[in-house]
Amino acid sequence: MDAPPTVRARDLAKYFGEVVALDGVDLDVAPGQIHGLVGPNGAGKTTLLGLLLGLAVPDRGTLEILGTPVGRALAVPEGVAGFVDGPGLYPSMTARQNLAALAALRGDTTLDIDDAIDQVGLTDVADDRVRGFSLGMRQRLGLAAALLTKPRLLILDEPSNGLDPAGKKHVYGVLTRLAANGTAVMLSSHRMDDVEALCSEVTILSTGRVAFSGPISKLASENSELDYRVRTSDPAAARRHAADARGIRLRDQDAIQDAAQDAAQDAAQHAVQDGVEVLVISASVPALDEFVKRLVGDDIAVRELAPVVSPLEAAFLALTEQQETN
Amino acid sequence: MTATVAAPETPAVRRVPVVRGYRFELVKLLTQWRVRVLIIACWLAPALFVAVVSQQASLPVDTLFGRWMHSTGWAGPLVLLGFSGSWALPLLTSLIAGDVFAAEDRLGTWRHLLVAVRSPRRIFVAKALSSLTVIVVLVIGLVVSSTVSGLLVVGNRQLIGLDGHLLSPGNAAGTVFLAWLCALAPTLALAAIGLLGSVALGRSPMGLLLPAVVALAMQIVQQLPVPVAFRLALPGYAFISWNGLFTSPAQLGPLLIGVIVSLAWTLVATGLAYFLFVRRDFTNPTHDGSGRLALTAGLLPLVVLLGVTTAAVAPVTGFGSGIDQDKVQRAVAVEFAHLYRLQTKQLNRADVTEEQLQAAAECTKGGDQVAARGPGNDWRCVVSWHIPGVAAAGSAIYQLDINPLGRYVADGDGPKEVNGFFLVRTPSGDEPNPLWQFDGNIELLPVNPKG
Repeated sequence: MDAPPTVRARDLAKYFGEVVALDGVDLDVAPGQIHGLVGPNGAGKTTLLGLLLGLAVPDRGTLEILGTPVGRALAVPEGVAGFVDGPGLYPSMTARQNLAALAALRGDTTLDIDDAIDQVGLTDVADDRVRGFSLGMRQRLGLAAALLTKPRLLILDEPSNGLDPAGKKHVYGVLTRLAANGTAVMLSSHRMDDVEALCSEVTILSTGRVAFSGPISKLASENSELDYRVRTSDPAAARRHAADARGIRLRDQDAIQDAAQDAAQDAAQHAVQDGVEVLVISASVPALDEFVKRLVGDDIAVRELAPVVSPLEAAFLALTEQQETN
Repeated sequence: MTATVAAPETPAVRRVPVVRGYRFELVKLLTQWRVRVLIIACWLAPALFVAVVSQQASLPVDTLFGRWMHSTGWAGPLVLLGFSGSWALPLLTSLIAGDVFAAEDRLGTWRHLLVAVRSPRRIFVAKALSSLTVIVVLVIGLVVSSTVSGLLVVGNRQLIGLDGHLLSPGNAAGTVFLAWLCALAPTLALAAIGLLGSVALGRSPMGLLLPAVVALAMQIVQQLPVPVAFRLALPGYAFISWNGLFTSPAQLGPLLIGVIVSLAWTLVATGLAYFLFVRRDFTNPTHDGSGRLALTAGLLPLVVLLGVTTAAVAPVTGFGSGIDQDKVQRAVAVEFAHLYRLQTKQLNRADVTEEQLQAAAECTKGGDQVAARGPGNDWRCVVSWHIPGVAAAGSAIYQLDINPLGRYVADGDGPKEVNGFFLVRTPSGDEPNPLWQFDGNIELLPVNPKG
């Protein structure tokens, strides 16, 4: 039989006095799904994760976790683990003592502390006090603490904070394996590349409301236009085609700078430095398709075609700009 | 990446039992270097203090029982109790109970703890019990360490009470432990105030310092000429009223009131801390539990409690100082008789009983210029007594310094044969002259003269 969604939220609202932290949030997270939660600061990400961990109840709406309605605070069913606002560790204890104390608190003697430590790659420092740990090591130990309970819903707030590339790769591997085994993972991040690399679906929050929720691939089609970098065998001809094509706008350096899109600026400057002319165009997906067909039809080889910023990042930036404008 | 898997049974919500939460909190406390240092200090430092002071020539005569530290090992734990009531116990409660909730704010671990335990009520109980446990371990350390050291260095000998009567070693042991037990009540009250401060003041250092600040304020008030009803309504009075255990008959009234008031403060302050804690919104990242509402909700009921207790105690105690001429005369006469008998034994003279001595004291204050009541260092007493077979009555003069708590120091002012010399020559060597200078205690509650 099909498993019920791990998380099913409808019309969630949460207020802190007169501040609206969440308003009308719908959310579905399926078992085995890694679901990203992004949004500008103050968008309500931590509040939403807090509700999923049972730290509070919504002021309006319904929330079901692992098929169980959550009606009051701290009443989420067993199988939910994770952290918000940092991993919550005791610096006077060693890594192993932190996990052992947590295991003792749960009264479960079957919990495998060594395995949890090993999974996050902290075996070498298991008996060191957490006081001396870097931020990345603390994040990994926080993840180990969550893994210890063999969760079916894992909530992580900025899990890649402070992680070096190797640590990030390690943690991604752990999360991917967990998801493959049916655990739903909900994580928030400001790093769009992290979310895109890990998550199959994403929810974008803006001022407490859902701006988008669904597969990341759907974002591209929902975004009317994105900036793309195009490198061809005949840049001059490609430029002419771009100028003539309907729905294609050539982006110059100033425009890119005006948009304050650092990634695009970097990419363009990098191209110039290499002495190769790279076109940066702005196009919708159908217009881009037509443009590529015209290039190919004119025997122009397309050597590179990539979004300057990802659909997710573009959506995020658009939201941020919109928020600043408001 | 959506997987379709067989739906496992959803386990029910499982809260962590208080016992497990208690162990968790205890482990957290005991892994802190500060707590470890305190435990070591409380189990070793008193032994060192008693051993060193008992060996040196000058004794801490300003502290109750300090003048007897050469004479008996039971004086050591009592000197330490006097000192601890003023400084050590308030500081210990500050460092343990005053930090037990604030530490989670500092470390940012509340949410982690709540997700793990799933019950703020149980977290509160576990934290309160674990901090209480550590405080009790520290207090036991103070008692055991000072007692063992005193008995080893000085010996298991008779203790001279605050009215001059002798307590056998066994009696002294029981009374010393009872005194420490009574001091546990105000310690609990300060611990509860610490919990309240830790909850209500969040990360603020004031939360940590609250028990020490409250104890200091109470000490200052105790030195002021406030009505005795107000004095007894303060939660720290049992740090003082244990003195009454060392008179015969014991001055149990102030002690019982002190203990009951302390326990009432413990309950109310703990209840307030609980009330504030379970109402805290842990999802609001900008809120650490502190604020005007918390301060008001935490402070006002305690002020009301102080007022109610004062009003409840007043019919028993009255609103005066509790120190009057009759009480002073009775206390000095009784104590002199006991100590005279002790001196008689030291000098190897024929034993006399207190009844035979018929000691009496006539005391005045300020040379009859002021009313003979209240504290002051201008009390003067003339003590007279009869020796069987001798027609003339003996007399001796004492200058008394009585503090607002009813504690006094009587300083001999002649004749020199009775109280003029610091030492007396006994068959076993020189010993302190018990009549040269002695400490006493006046019961602040109204007393039955026959009692």
